[in-house]
Amino acid sequence: MFELTEDQRLVSESVRRFVEERVKPQAAHYDETCEFPWEHVKGLAELGVFGMHFSEAYGGAGFDKVTGSIVIEEVARHDASLALTIASHNGLCGGHIDMFGSEAQKQKYLPDLATAKKLGAWGLTEPNSGSDASGLQTTAVKKGDRWILNGAKNFITQGTVGEVFVVLALTTREKKQHGITAFILEKGMKGFSQRSIHGKLGMRSSDTAELHFDNVEVPAENQLGELDQGFLNTLQILDRGRITIGALAVGIARGCLEEGRAYSLDRKQFGKPIADFQAIQWMLADIATETDAARLLVRRAASLCDQKKPFSVEASKAKLFASEASVRAGMKAIQIHGGYGYTREFPVERYLRDAKLLEIGEGTSEVQRMIIARHVLKS
Amino acid sequence: MKILVTMKRVTDYERKVKIAPDGSHLITEGMNFVANPFDEIAVEEALRLTKAHGGEVVVFSAGPKDAAQQIRQGLAMGADRGIHLLTDKELDSDAVARLLAKVVDQEKPDLVILGKQATDDDANQAGQLLAGYLGWAQGTFASKHEGLEGPEEKAQKPGLAIEGGKVHVVREVDGGLETIALDMPAVVTTDLRLNHPRFTTLPNIMKAKKKKLDEVTAESLGVDLSPKVKMLRFSEPPARTAGQIVDSVDTLIHKLKNERKVIA
Ligand SMILES: Cc1cc2nc3c(=O)[nH]c(=O)nc-3n(C[C@H](O)[C@H](O)[C@H](O)COP(=O)(O)OP(=O)(O)OC[C@H]3O[C@@H](n4cnc5c(N)ncnc54)[C@H](O)[C@@H]3O)c2cc1C
Repeated sequence: MFELTEDQRLVSESVRRFVEERVKPQAAHYDETCEFPWEHVKGLAELGVFGMHFSEAYGGAGFDKVTGSIVIEEVARHDASLALTIASHNGLCGGHIDMFGSEAQKQKYLPDLATAKKLGAWGLTEPNSGSDASGLQTTAVKKGDRWILNGAKNFITQGTVGEVFVVLALTTREKKQHGITAFILEKGMKGFSQRSIHGKLGMRSSDTAELHFDNVEVPAENQLGELDQGFLNTLQILDRGRITIGALAVGIARGCLEEGRAYSLDRKQFGKPIADFQAIQWMLADIATETDAARLLVRRAASLCDQKKPFSVEASKAKLFASEASVRAGMKAIQIHGGYGYTREFPVERYLRDAKLLEIGEGTSEVQRMIIARHVLKS
Repeated sequence: MKILVTMKRVTDYERKVKIAPDGSHLITEGMNFVANPFDEIAVEEALRLTKAHGGEVVVFSAGPKDAAQQIRQGLAMGADRGIHLLTDKELDSDAVARLLAKVVDQEKPDLVILGKQATDDDANQAGQLLAGYLGWAQGTFASKHEGLEGPEEKAQKPGLAIEGGKVHVVREVDGGLETIALDMPAVVTTDLRLNHPRFTTLPNIMKAKKKKLDEVTAESLGVDLSPKVKMLRFSEPPARTAGQIVDSVDTLIHKLKNERKVIA
């Protein structure tokens, strides 16, 4: 848990080299233009990142959660948007199919997802159901050998660039959250439309969209997992997703530390590097300590998950602490940069904007505290 | 065709090395270790050649237990198997060359490709010494025509090419490039511009775990590792003294003439 294995070290070095050579120089450009970074998606897919958690039989690398978090941290170090793309593609959409799909569904979808020939998206959130995910209103009604979907989803990552969608819908209304089922939808199905959401604060080169279902006919074989088990399965996907969001936050916080350190050694005021001032040193010390603490929480949750032990509360703690630590790190890194940090000339303002999403997506900080407190009070 | 390549474990060239206070050795504790970048180029070139001509790439490294990591990296890039000479001793270039000569006797490769130097000691000798011990032809500092654009053009004009039983090597020499043809078997050392090593893919890293990696000892090869070159002392380069800002060209010339005496 404290030291990387040989493969983990090779993996982190390989991804780091790619990210430093290709991704880093363009991260500001993609943030500015909000273009989707297809070239990096292709490049990282060739490296095997887009199927890293799928088993080798479906073209994946068969990585465990600890190794996956290392990859996400490396990408998020320079481009959190790209890391979010990988996380939702691999962990949420691909993960749901990998964990709960039938053999036929895995064979049909995972190989194309592993090579990023098709990108995946995962739709749970709706306009009127966010933190209260169990209150979702999209419906699926069985009609012969098809399901008819109606409703809408909001804030879906890869919503317009994705081609394979996992969508949660109510199948037995009176059973509420115990009446939710997952379905695999494909772009181009009749009545299924997407609308891009523009103007995000951060994560700007990650694609976010609304999904609309207007009598979409979904073949019965596209039902994913058991009937009415969709919400329970979703909770398992979210538990894993939270580890990934934690790893993403660690990558951003590490970026704040590295940029803050470099700038403080370089910038001179009152005749010496600002790194000589204790006020700056304390900020660096705090970022360094919180980054380490966050990484350890993430690794613990990931390692429990890999050992098939309960890890849900640990994942919430990791996600809560790491995401909030990354926002604090972003604030401090800007402070260390002074006025320059407030401009796009330096990457730290982007890090802060990106970090803020992590306190919201896959369960807000308030939701994580609810989960953790429930556990504290129960035990 | 069989190609033997080297992969040395070196201190990370992007981190500052620390010298022991008495100057007797480098402090390796807490240091990060990586594969010698010139050796990564050697592996890449070997893989490129075996892709074109078929054959096997064998990665060799001499070093402590952890040097297996650098061999694995070569295997993850695509090499077929590894040979690890286990030793905790400091090796000079001559010892490495004599070890390699023994490995060559056993493996009988058609080509040995080494980095022209390692980024830790920058000795630039092992390849030349090996060619000497083997009595083989050598092509050092294999490079590539500058100004080649794009991977296709580069593939058409590789720095190393095997034609008619000879290996043609484009060499970087002072003021330009020369191309030589070597009889095989031969020893080649790589310069930085020869190629851009591939990114190791994640599935290949997992597959590399299953590839064969043999451990051997100097005793079993009958090689005496006692160094012929002794490291006497390490020291930091002198710190740069602060510059001066002068107010005019005339003052500058005056100072260079009279104070520094660097111009007449
Ligand atoms: C960039 C981006 C990408 C996203 N990607 C995806 C995706 O791929 N798939 C997907 O399904 N969703 C996605 N989401 C949605 C995300 O998961 C939700 O935004 C999040 O769960 C919060 O829901 P909400 O926005 O409806 O906020 P709300 O639930 O309306 O929350 C508003 C505020 O109320 C607080 N609150 C709510 N309930 C409680 C309570 N009981 N106690 C205390 N406080 C409470 C919240 O913490 C928050 O502060 C994405 C969102 C964004 C912004």
